[in-house]
Amino acid sequence: MYAQMVDTGVSKVQDVAQMTPEERAFQDRIDADVKVEPKDWMPEAYRRTLIRQIQQHAHSEIVGMLPEGNWITRAPSLQRKATLMAKVQDEGGHGLYLYCAAETLGVSRDAMIADLHAGRVKYSSIFNYPTLTWADIGTIGWLVDGAAIMNQIPLCRCSYGPYARAMIRVCKEESFHQRQGYDIMLALCRGTPEQKAMAQDALNRWWWPSLMMFGPPDAASVHSAQSARWKIKLLSNDELRQRFVDQTVPQADYLGLAVPDDRLAWNAERGHYDFGEIDWQEFHEVIKGNGPCNRERMQTRIKAWEDGAWVREAALAHAEKHAARERHAA
Amino acid sequence: MDDDPQLFDYMLRLADNGIVLAQRLGEWVGKGPALEEDIALTNVGLDLLGQGRMWLAYAREIEARYAPPGRGEDALAFLRDGGEFRNLLLVEQPNGNYADTMARQFLFDQWHLMLLGALAGSKDARIAAIAAKAAKEVRYHLERSADWMIRLGDGTELSHRRAQDAVDALWVYTGEMFSVDAIERGLVAAGVAADAASLRDPWRSAVAAVFDEASLAMPGDGWMQGASGRGGKQGIHTEHLGHMLAEMQIVARSHPGARW
Ligand SMILES: [Fe+2]
Ligand SMILES: [Fe+2]
Ligand SMILES: [Fe+2]
Repeated sequence: MYAQMVDTGVSKVQDVAQMTPEERAFQDRIDADVKVEPKDWMPEAYRRTLIRQIQQHAHSEIVGMLPEGNWITRAPSLQRKATLMAKVQDEGGHGLYLYCAAETLGVSRDAMIADLHAGRVKYSSIFNYPTLTWADIGTIGWLVDGAAIMNQIPLCRCSYGPYARAMIRVCKEESFHQRQGYDIMLALCRGTPEQKAMAQDALNRWWWPSLMMFGPPDAASVHSAQSARWKIKLLSNDELRQRFVDQTVPQADYLGLAVPDDRLAWNAERGHYDFGEIDWQEFHEVIKGNGPCNRERMQTRIKAWEDGAWVREAALAHAEKHAARERHAA
Repeated sequence: MDDDPQLFDYMLRLADNGIVLAQRLGEWVGKGPALEEDIALTNVGLDLLGQGRMWLAYAREIEARYAPPGRGEDALAFLRDGGEFRNLLLVEQPNGNYADTMARQFLFDQWHLMLLGALAGSKDARIAAIAAKAAKEVRYHLERSADWMIRLGDGTELSHRRAQDAVDALWVYTGEMFSVDAIERGLVAAGVAADAASLRDPWRSAVAAVFDEASLAMPGDGWMQGASGRGGKQGIHTEHLGHMLAEMQIVARSHPGARW
């Protein structure tokens, strides 16, 4: 979801018979739930896939700061402003942990940022949608952080140690975010008719993009199968999406909001909600760069990076001069 | 107490510095020169916002005493016009580049820490307690902003020039920090407020020490904006505040009476 389409670089799931002894020993350890640590031997494809996945996740946290940061200066109460600032700051922290986790695999943060800016690595499609009203901040907390938790709780058990540990820290904070988002929605839905309408409008716009966060149906995906084998993806996209719908619909009911899906219905036989068809064309267009905010998001990130270059250079130059002076004094 | 309206005004001066500077720092979120900086700036903004809210809480109690029932926190933050804001001109200045932001922060932090130190000895126990709590946070703000002045001043030719330009441009707003008007004079005499004038010399030496290490020149003390009793503390602001408040207050004002 924050890593919606991770290419594993393989065209079919590797058979045990094709594995080298090293690869077989590696797979055995994974099957036995032994965590892989940075210094351990690992297949190149595993390393590359993880770098891609963690990187996508990290970039999503960082780009995700923008749509919500958009409302910090307009938050309607000081309490909400403080909570939102703290939330967006947490997302920056998540980005940091994740960049650090990816660095343990031998890729630098600067290289990852260059990949993002050059469009070589994606971030979650959800952050390419605009935040148009204050209710969008509530909806993002409720749905987007909610979907993030759904995806990331299983990742706390993933095979790569540093990633699993980062996810444990991240998940604690994401559940705060979700509660805060839902609390914004509650206040709106118990508020004036205009506030309630604002909440409904936000749900209408964010519902389907939230379902897309889990990625395309993975029945046929060779990448998902290989990732499952490596235990860096523990539940399928569709499984996670279903869990999300099942969890969220009663929450919408409690708010008195209508989920914008005519086909949404409880299926007693399955014990799950049935829901309508996702517009996969929209999803692929957004991934390709044609979402409403793709260009703006990237421009903002690149501008921040480029505008900050002289500051980073100054800090580096000072550190070098300082070290040289210390050497001189010694 | 007889001087409640004056005390209320003084509390707004303290509260509005925090709220307005936090609003400025909030504009940086997601756009900092490095992820660590982004996070640290937000931290400072959150502290200042929290302090602003503590001062505001006390201001509300005071207002309720002489003009019951008084206004709520959000009425004070979102329904006052620019002329009713009491912050220093310095803190409402635009973010500019990172040197502008850091110079604004440093010049303010250095004063802020000294002010809070003085307020920690206030005869008003509430003021003393809030000041002592805030000072712990501001000590860290100052450490960071002083460090950045040194890094930028000492770093590259470009960063040096930008830091010097920033300091030179903001200097005219520093005099206001040490001006004492009739409101403050009365409260100082009562042992409640800090005597801002007495902070000028220690502030100058502390700033000079950092600039020395940063190889930045101390600007000359010419005319100071707002220092003559007609500045931010009296509600006479620069043009920047109105735009800031237009953005900050838009949602709250568009839905009169709504709760969020
Ligand atoms: Fe996050
Ligand atoms: Fe996340
Ligand atoms: Fe979050």
